[in-house]
Amino acid sequence: MKWQEKCLYTTCVLAAMSMLAVSLWAKATHREPGKPPEANTEIKIDNFAFSPETLTVPVGTTVQWTNRDDIPHTVVSDDKSTFKSKALDTDDKFSFTFTKAGTYPYFCSVHPKMTGKVVVQ
Amino acid sequence: MKRQVKDEIQYDHNHDGIDRRGFLKCMAWGGTGAFCAVNGGILSSVSLSGLSVADAKEVKGQLTFAQISDSHMGFSKPANPDVVATLKAAVDKINALPNPPEFLLHTGDISHLSKPEEFDTVDQILRSCVAKDVFFVPGEHDVIGDDGKQYLERYGAGTKGAGWRSFDKNGVHFVGLVNVQNLKAGGLGSLGTEQLEWLEQDLNGRSSSTPIVVFAHVPLWSVYPEWGWGTEDSAQALSYMKRFGSVTVLNGHIHQTMQKVEGKITFHTAASTAFPQPQPGQAEGPGPMKVPPDQLRALLGITDVKFVRGQHALAIVDSKLG
Repeated sequence: MKWQEKCLYTTCVLAAMSMLAVSLWAKATHREPGKPPEANTEIKIDNFAFSPETLTVPVGTTVQWTNRDDIPHTVVSDDKSTFKSKALDTDDKFSFTFTKAGTYPYFCSVHPKMTGKVVVQ
Repeated sequence: MKRQVKDEIQYDHNHDGIDRRGFLKCMAWGGTGAFCAVNGGILSSVSLSGLSVADAKEVKGQLTFAQISDSHMGFSKPANPDVVATLKAAVDKINALPNPPEFLLHTGDISHLSKPEEFDTVDQILRSCVAKDVFFVPGEHDVIGDDGKQYLERYGAGTKGAGWRSFDKNGVHFVGLVNVQNLKAGGLGSLGTEQLEWLEQDLNGRSSSTPIVVFAHVPLWSVYPEWGWGTEDSAQALSYMKRFGSVTVLNGHIHQTMQKVEGKITFHTAASTAFPQPQPGQAEGPGPMKVPPDQLRALLGITDVKFVRGQHALAIVDSKLG
């Protein structure tokens, strides 16, 4: 091969390699948009308490309450209108999807000393 | 079987050597209620199960009635898998009394989940009671999901608002109050402005020598606020009553007998006919307390309260069974 051809060949190979390197790097550092890390969306009801007492979730999350207590409870937002479960006996569940950001305090309407909060960001 | 009964006089303000034999002795029982006799203005109450040893003459008075509470029909967890049996046993006890009560007071938590079949079952069981009139007040378990609509349909005849009422029997004025509606987050039992205004009007103008009996589900005194065992606005209600010579407040909700005296007002809570609950602060929460099955019916103690109008002397005899 004449030296000019060798030079051209080398340049092309180098260019190809660097393009490959760039694309590999780009792929490695590329993030999928709109997918946050896994968050807890479960609240357990037991021993006359909501656990965790305060739960922080992103907008659009469906939170599920499960009653593990041996006495029925309810899940009612403080304003008594945003969400309101029926009576939850042991192992019953209630879900609500939070579509708007904000702080949502709630309580058990049968045992009002039981309170909790969902913070939606 | 010989029962060991321990007697203690807790209060003897008159130091007049009150004869303990004069008191009605009771033994507690899982299906315990309270039996009350009004005799010349003296109100005495005993738990049902021991009345077989009571002197029938002493029990006879101008007025007799019984209190049962917290039947929680529909509950079926280990603390008591058969609340039907224990309620029936309470009724059997009432029916076996030498001087049967003229009527019953049920201080709420009739049902466990406000389900129609639960109310139906209690009504059916109570139909076999010799006392045909039953006056109810709701517990928080009776008004779940419908703000008490079903409760009022069943038991609201003759009541106002959320189910409060008053009536007179042989010169004694009875007031049934509702303190389980419109509960607020973090709060206790609540009477509300409308009911308080009604109560003030109801008591207004009555002679202060009229014995008053108030019955409501949640205690009207602060038993243990951490567990919701109290009523936020009861102080105002009690202020309307303090001029009367004899006031007895009968409550439920805490599933154990407890009493307290404040001036001329005696507070008494009844045991449940369904399951016991722990004493204040003795457990993580106020839930059903599990005991070995053979101890369930023998767990509760008895409460015998006798007070003398005008002297404010109060003798309380507590006995535990087994």
